[in-house]
Amino acid sequence: MNKPLNMYTSLTNRRSFIKKMAIMSAMTAAASMFPGILFADEQERNLPKSGNLDWKKAPCRFCGVGCGVLVGIEAGKAVAVKGDPKSPVNKGLCCVKGYHSVLALYGKDRLTKPLVKKNGKYVETSMEEALDLVASKMKETIKDHGKDAVSIYGSGQWTIPDGYAASKLFKGCIGTNNVEANARLCMASAVTGFLTSFGIDEPMGCYEDIDHADVFVLWGNNMAEMHPVLFSRLLDQRLKRGVKIIDFATRTTRTSMAADKSILFLPQTDLAVANAICYEIINNGWANKSFYEKHCNFKKGLTNMGYGLEDNYAFKDKPEAISFEDYKAFLEDYTPEKVEKISGVSAKDIKYMAAYYGDPNKKVMSLWCMGMNQHSRGTWINNLVYNIHLLTGKISTPGNSPFSLTGQPSACGTVREVGTLTHKLPHGVVMNKAHREFAAKIWDVPVENIPAKPTYHTVEMFRALDRGDIRFMWIQVTNPMVTMPKLKRYRDGAKKEGRFIVVSDIYPTPTTDIADVILPSAMWIEREGLFGNSERRTQHFEQMVEPPGEAMSDTWQLVEVAKRMGYEKQFYYNEDSHVEEIYTEYRRHHDNKKHNMAPLEVLKSQPGAMWPYVDGKSTKWRFNAKYDPACSNGEDFHFYGKPDGKAIIWQRPYEPAAEEPDTEYPYWLNTGRVVEHWHTGSMTRRIPVLHKAMPHAYVELNPGDAKRLQIRTGDKVKLTTRRGEIILPASINQRGVPAPMQVFVPFFDENMLINDITLDSFCPISKEPDYKKCAVKVEKV
Amino acid sequence: MPIKSYLAHPHEGKKAHLIEALKSLEYCEVIPAENKDLLIVVTDTHTREQEDHLKEKIESIASLKLLAMVSGFNTK
Repeated sequence: MNKPLNMYTSLTNRRSFIKKMAIMSAMTAAASMFPGILFADEQERNLPKSGNLDWKKAPCRFCGVGCGVLVGIEAGKAVAVKGDPKSPVNKGLCCVKGYHSVLALYGKDRLTKPLVKKNGKYVETSMEEALDLVASKMKETIKDHGKDAVSIYGSGQWTIPDGYAASKLFKGCIGTNNVEANARLCMASAVTGFLTSFGIDEPMGCYEDIDHADVFVLWGNNMAEMHPVLFSRLLDQRLKRGVKIIDFATRTTRTSMAADKSILFLPQTDLAVANAICYEIINNGWANKSFYEKHCNFKKGLTNMGYGLEDNYAFKDKPEAISFEDYKAFLEDYTPEKVEKISGVSAKDIKYMAAYYGDPNKKVMSLWCMGMNQHSRGTWINNLVYNIHLLTGKISTPGNSPFSLTGQPSACGTVREVGTLTHKLPHGVVMNKAHREFAAKIWDVPVENIPAKPTYHTVEMFRALDRGDIRFMWIQVTNPMVTMPKLKRYRDGAKKEGRFIVVSDIYPTPTTDIADVILPSAMWIEREGLFGNSERRTQHFEQMVEPPGEAMSDTWQLVEVAKRMGYEKQFYYNEDSHVEEIYTEYRRHHDNKKHNMAPLEVLKSQPGAMWPYVDGKSTKWRFNAKYDPACSNGEDFHFYGKPDGKAIIWQRPYEPAAEEPDTEYPYWLNTGRVVEHWHTGSMTRRIPVLHKAMPHAYVELNPGDAKRLQIRTGDKVKLTTRRGEIILPASINQRGVPAPMQVFVPFFDENMLINDITLDSFCPISKEPDYKKCAVKVEKV
Repeated sequence: MPIKSYLAHPHEGKKAHLIEALKSLEYCEVIPAENKDLLIVVTDTHTREQEDHLKEKIESIASLKLLAMVSGFNTK
């Protein structure tokens, strides 16, 4: 039922549409060359002329940057978007997706009525009946197969109230930890990186670091396409202050082209390079001894952990204290000259990067996203970049900032802070008795309801669905039938007899194709909600327009089902005021100096606030006593996430990827995103300008490889891995240029599902899959 | 019926001149950046020959430093 992206009929004039596209293409190109460039006349001209436009503030619906936008409402319809000049995030700027975001509300094939599959066909039904069916099926599954046979899978696009209602229903009321979200696929390694190094999640710094740093090192992070507004801020600082931007990546991208220096490394070897930088820092006497002696411990963990390729894979690290001398001896294996041979990065370039980190007069910001997180040693590489900042003491001060960026509007706010992962609670983890008691008290449920053991992380949850250990899955606001690695297994598993799948979404997708019940959801400003961005900023948006047909917010769907299952006492919320009631209740979980959330009235009055919000103020730099009221050790810095107040410098070695090129599959396959489309494209592909600008996926080849294989742009290319094969058009010397013997494919196109052939290996600590590396054969068709 | 968009970079201090010169050309629309020395130029002509002719005229403007095509469509 998916596929038709028929959105052109609303356009009255094809020629004027094409002209607009031509202008938009030029504006996009100009924006990537000149940060902060404004075409006010053009933007103004595109706005409706009526004086009745009512501008309301919201965080952007797309990536995790959390730009503030102003949405123009006219006669009950969202008709225009402009950047919010009051937002400290984007300072009035928007990227192409943001400017067109409201068009995603009005695609021709919006889901407006619940659909129930009967005899293989979808039949329209009322929302009341559909919600009755969902509740009764869940109860029936629990009765027949137990609590752990039901599950919910959400995302970093869940608003805070959505995720909170899901966690309370499943963990608190039903009594299963089968709660996961797609942020497991993009941010889990960042979380375990923070937890292992600092004992507490999320960046210590904020976007204001950009205004103070002298050097930016981008670790496998194509910011020009993935976080264009933030990248504009970097470029702006280069114009104003001459800062340096170093792009350290496996592929040449728009970011590389705009950077001062582009350094390419072989996939997976960032682990070795990070260790080599630490070797250089210590060997040259650049380490900040007083800082690491006062504020850090040294530890090592288990190695050769495997890659999670087998069902029911389990791993538990065993940290062990080591001395600085032990660590120094370990780094002897990572001299720049030795690492050059593993990584393909010259010793000179390693020393170049190390010299910036080691220079006491340079403030350095490290930025990363999927390159480091979707990594079979994702936790380790996060640890290793923190090591660099901890060894030099370049952390938690303005401009000295290791900064993990997010990909979704509320990956932080909902998945990480509300805790919609199997092991998490809004405050703490299910394994901790005190944390369970604390949550149970606020949720008004018996503490025995909350199981002490986590169940399935995302990959294992879909494996459990395939095996039949899970029988019921409710999927909200995400599209796993495009995003799961080794997708075919999980698609086939979801379609097996005896599985019942509910999907809440706004458009038909490959995931609604596997549903037994499809619930139409209200999108973004069609309901009230809150998102939390990468810099710990929580932002509120009000309902601005009515959702179409019977579409309903994901929060209220959950509340209605909870009531039907007998949890009226816990889900006491009123339809008119439930977002305020839920947020007020949620704040109780974080009522402490380390994580206090701003009151709703504050969030309504300004473009968000950063937690910990203490005494009416956001905290910009955590762990620094000058800025963070939670510091209490009497020192300048206090890493209070760890019991002894010290951060950890981890000894983590280089280990190869789960699957590396060989004679049969001689190329690396890397997957990722493009600037025009947001993730699986289910929204942005329904925005005509964006769809036309990037209509389908492709495979990028290195020009030398393409020449040897006699492949030109547009030729059909077959990619084959041990999981299957796919045919894509070739792209050579266009958007990005892979290194020799590597190919890149974006994953936004549901008609060319690259994840059918990717590998479901994952980081054993974070359980986040490595979408960036597997072995592939490349042939001209 | 080609539609093309370009980025036009003026010589230093010549932005206003370049805007005026482009505005005077038929089938040519100009959108200046507010805060940078850069203009977007959109040409909307009936034939390829007309387009080529227009491009020659644009390139002969003295205040133009560089003209870079960004996108091209043909609606025929």
